[in-house]
Amino acid sequence: MGTTTARAAQPAEVKKGPGAPPPGAGRGGAARRKRSMGVQNTAGWLFSTPFLVLFTVFMAFPILATLLMSFTDFGLRNVTRPWEANFIGFENYTELFGDEKFLKSLFNTAYFVVVGVPLTIALGLVVAVLLNNGIDRARTFFRVGFYAPVVTTIVAVAVVWRFVLDPSDGLVAGLFSEVGLTAPDFLGSETLAMPSMIAMAVWRNVGTVMVLFIAGLQAIPTEVREAARLDGAGVWQEFRGITVPLLRPTLLYATVITTIGYLNVFEEPFVMTQGGPSDSTLTVSLNMYREGFNFFHMGYASAMAYVLFVVIMGITVLQLRLLKDNTK
Amino acid sequence: MTAPNAPARTAPTGASRNLRRPLVYVLLSLGLLIMSAPFLWMALSSFKTTSELSASPPVWIPTEWTLGNFRELLDKLDLPLYFMNSVIVAVLVTVSNLVFCSMLGYALAKLRFTGRDKIFGVVLGALMVPGNLMLLPLFVLMSKLRLIDSYAGLVLPFAAGAFGVFLMRQFMQSIPDELLEAARMDGAGEWFIFWRIVMPLVKPALATLSIFTFLGSWNNFVWPLIATNDPDKYTLPVALATFATDPNKAGGSNGMLMAGAFLVVLPVLILFIALQRHFTQGIATAGMK
Repeated sequence: MGTTTARAAQPAEVKKGPGAPPPGAGRGGAARRKRSMGVQNTAGWLFSTPFLVLFTVFMAFPILATLLMSFTDFGLRNVTRPWEANFIGFENYTELFGDEKFLKSLFNTAYFVVVGVPLTIALGLVVAVLLNNGIDRARTFFRVGFYAPVVTTIVAVAVVWRFVLDPSDGLVAGLFSEVGLTAPDFLGSETLAMPSMIAMAVWRNVGTVMVLFIAGLQAIPTEVREAARLDGAGVWQEFRGITVPLLRPTLLYATVITTIGYLNVFEEPFVMTQGGPSDSTLTVSLNMYREGFNFFHMGYASAMAYVLFVVIMGITVLQLRLLKDNTK
Repeated sequence: MTAPNAPARTAPTGASRNLRRPLVYVLLSLGLLIMSAPFLWMALSSFKTTSELSASPPVWIPTEWTLGNFRELLDKLDLPLYFMNSVIVAVLVTVSNLVFCSMLGYALAKLRFTGRDKIFGVVLGALMVPGNLMLLPLFVLMSKLRLIDSYAGLVLPFAAGAFGVFLMRQFMQSIPDELLEAARMDGAGEWFIFWRIVMPLVKPALATLSIFTFLGSWNNFVWPLIATNDPDKYTLPVALATFATDPNKAGGSNGMLMAGAFLVVLPVLILFIALQRHFTQGIATAGMK
């Protein structure tokens, strides 16, 4: 996001752009430039209007409304009469932190993120390094293969994984029986359901991280690598000493977007387990959806949405701090 | 994208590196097998008979290919209708993003006006906000506007995304100011400059934006799930998820579900393989800038 500073320098440059007006036409030139400024001001706002209107109505207003709703007892009848919802202060929030189901969903989401994000990042990095530095043929072929799950519909993929993990007819169960073992009921087990879901998330998102890292790796000048090799650096030393430090900005970006995505996890438990067994895969987003749209406890669900939002913001800021390059 | 890795390819490599190559290929092929196994399993299973679907040990290649799963699924689900709904919504979302995001992107990149930096700040902020935060009031708003079960209700919240504005602004900044100044001197209006000069110059960015927006809309699930009650207005993912999580409808038939997943995923995979260069490039540019 360093672009803002570069941008700020530009207006001064643009002002010089039209060049010195010819002598004698001084006044006319200045007037024209002034008019052009006015035209640009109007045009600028006209060009911004469609986005700003849509943004205000469908984003800014709902963000504010969620906050307001979280302090009310907004329920089903308020969908038609929003103004009749009662203000109840922080009651939703205090209730939330005594609500075992919510705390469980918070824990489950944390579990998903804490295990899933490092796995996704590590695997994405390994694949990127192997693809970029380890081989010289069929790169595109492998890249397309590893990226394909990213573009596919989560719902469809979740339906497929549910069948892959099916304890009686699934692919994994079949492979287990080939070697004489009995596969556990992955999605029906309280201990295995969440790891299974993490496995699926890693499978689906490793491609995004891989593509980011490949771009980062290609930005590392070849000379740096060659110099290291001439100095006798082995593969591992090159990886530790050059690749990882120079990939820091990519690592940061990849970690932040993967974490935000995983904190919002919804489709996977919705399709694969409906949050079960006994809430072991109930995530905050799924919990919020149920409270809000199945039970219409919309004020309560709004409070959940805001807690999740604050958590996401907090973690993002923390990651930006922790992973920022301190050497500069 | 291809240029920077060319030197790496020809870089002198030690003998030990060459010996490792086969191992790397084996590792990557193994990884690729794991990555594609669920897709293969899905595609092959959708053509299997009921007995082969539940065979143990599992049958990979169906001995008897059947379209029965697809036929049965089409009897139960009006897939052509959901397909059309998904296409209409995705096309409308894509077109409106192309127009509106480019407009603001142009203003932010090339016009000087008061409040421009504040608007850019808003765009950057909007990039960070998770969609789940807006769902509840959006539903109330759409109910009030009577837009539940309408295309407008499905399209409007996604009609102008911050990502698109950011992307278009990045690309448009590389257009030389002299070109636009020259057009202004010739008396061209801002709309003419935008539509006739700038837009043709950013076609690659428009292609990238189209692909990502279309795909995002095609795969979108939470909002269409909330904004539709009438099954006739379901999009494909909503129809599939509703079918898959309702035991009465599916009757536990994995064959039908695999056929359904196959039909939902197939257009996306074809689109991806045909345009794969744009995908990886788009992600990388958006990430790097």
